Amino acid sequence: MKPVLHAALAALVLPLGAASAALADSGQVSIENAWSRASIGTSRPGAAYMEIVNEGDEAVTLTGIKTDIAMMPEIHRSSMNEQGVSSMAPAGHVSIAPGETVALEPGGLHAMLMKLQRPMHEGETFPLTLIFSDGGGVAVDVPVLGIAARGPGN
Amino acid sequence: MRRRSAFGYGAAAFGAIGLTLFLGWWRVDGPGAPEPMGQRPLPLTAMDFRLTDHQGQLVGPEMLVGRPSMVFFGFTYCPDVCPTTLSDISSWLDMVGEDAERLDIIFITVDPERDTVDAMAEYVGYFHPAIRGWTGPEAQIKRAIEGFRATYEKVAGEDGGYTMNHTASVFLFDAEGRFVSTIDYHEPREFAVPKIRRAMKEKPGGAT
Ligand SMILES: [Cu+2]
Repeated sequence: MKPVLHAALAALVLPLGAASAALADSGQVSIENAWSRASIGTSRPGAAYMEIVNEGDEAVTLTGIKTDIAMMPEIHRSSMNEQGVSSMAPAGHVSIAPGETVALEPGGLHAMLMKLQRPMHEGETFPLTLIFSDGGGVAVDVPVLGIAARGPGN
Repeated sequence: MRRRSAFGYGAAAFGAIGLTLFLGWWRVDGPGAPEPMGQRPLPLTAMDFRLTDHQGQLVGPEMLVGRPSMVFFGFTYCPDVCPTTLSDISSWLDMVGEDAERLDIIFITVDPERDTVDAMAEYVGYFHPAIRGWTGPEAQIKRAIEGFRATYEKVAGEDGGYTMNHTASVFLFDAEGRFVSTIDYHEPREFAVPKIRRAMKEKPGGAT
């Protein structure tokens, strides 16, 4: 992927409030490189990753996710403190500036799929919809890779 | 008169603040400081805990002495960070190649309540075959964590369940059980692989 863009992205993920003024058009959002890992049964939560591209000229705000594969899907963020201790919490609303991309990627923002309704089998796909503050949704089919997958490329 | 007593109080207050600051320094940075959290792990030979591996065998830190080792903490209900660490490790091992057979690689769960021996066996089976899973009574996990100077904490999740915060670094030890270095979460392969090679090089009698 593009490391420069990546670094820029971290700075662009702002809580709602910073960019809630524009009721932007979620029709201008596209999703790339979606993937997830296979689950072992349904008792453990799953996670899905993707790049969310705002191709419009106004900021958009991601407010949530929907999918029939999990009863409690939610945008989460993993973070690491100075002692190297990892933790995970709901990310709240995520704003994406015009022309920018926000990455849901391992160890950072992720679509957390809690209370799986069925196992995520390698080789299958499942539908997931990103919900934006204008009420619009953007749907994507998420491919399920192996449990040890590192991303769509490898 | 008033002025002088005001000065007297001021001096006393100043003295008190000074003493507080001194005590604060003594306890936080000075000789009275507790062992800092980010401190080096003990050598494996100084650790003491009893766990069970994913094949049901009793294990402990002494079993890792004699070969270089790589140890990390996590839990199998972890959707994001832990599978990433396990697949990162798998890819480092692929890069180390055949030499990786000389390494012991241990995943210790911080969630023994859900990570039974069977759960660990199933989980590690999806990653590099050299990775072994250890679990056991909470008190023993705690002793292990203390030896590595790592931390973990159970946190309630919104789904009614719980998740675990935990040290996500990978610890490297040489064949004599001495701590060599850590590989931080998601550290690039270019940095991780040389660290692993270094831990493997510090081998007594070392013909490869
Ligand atoms: Cu999460």
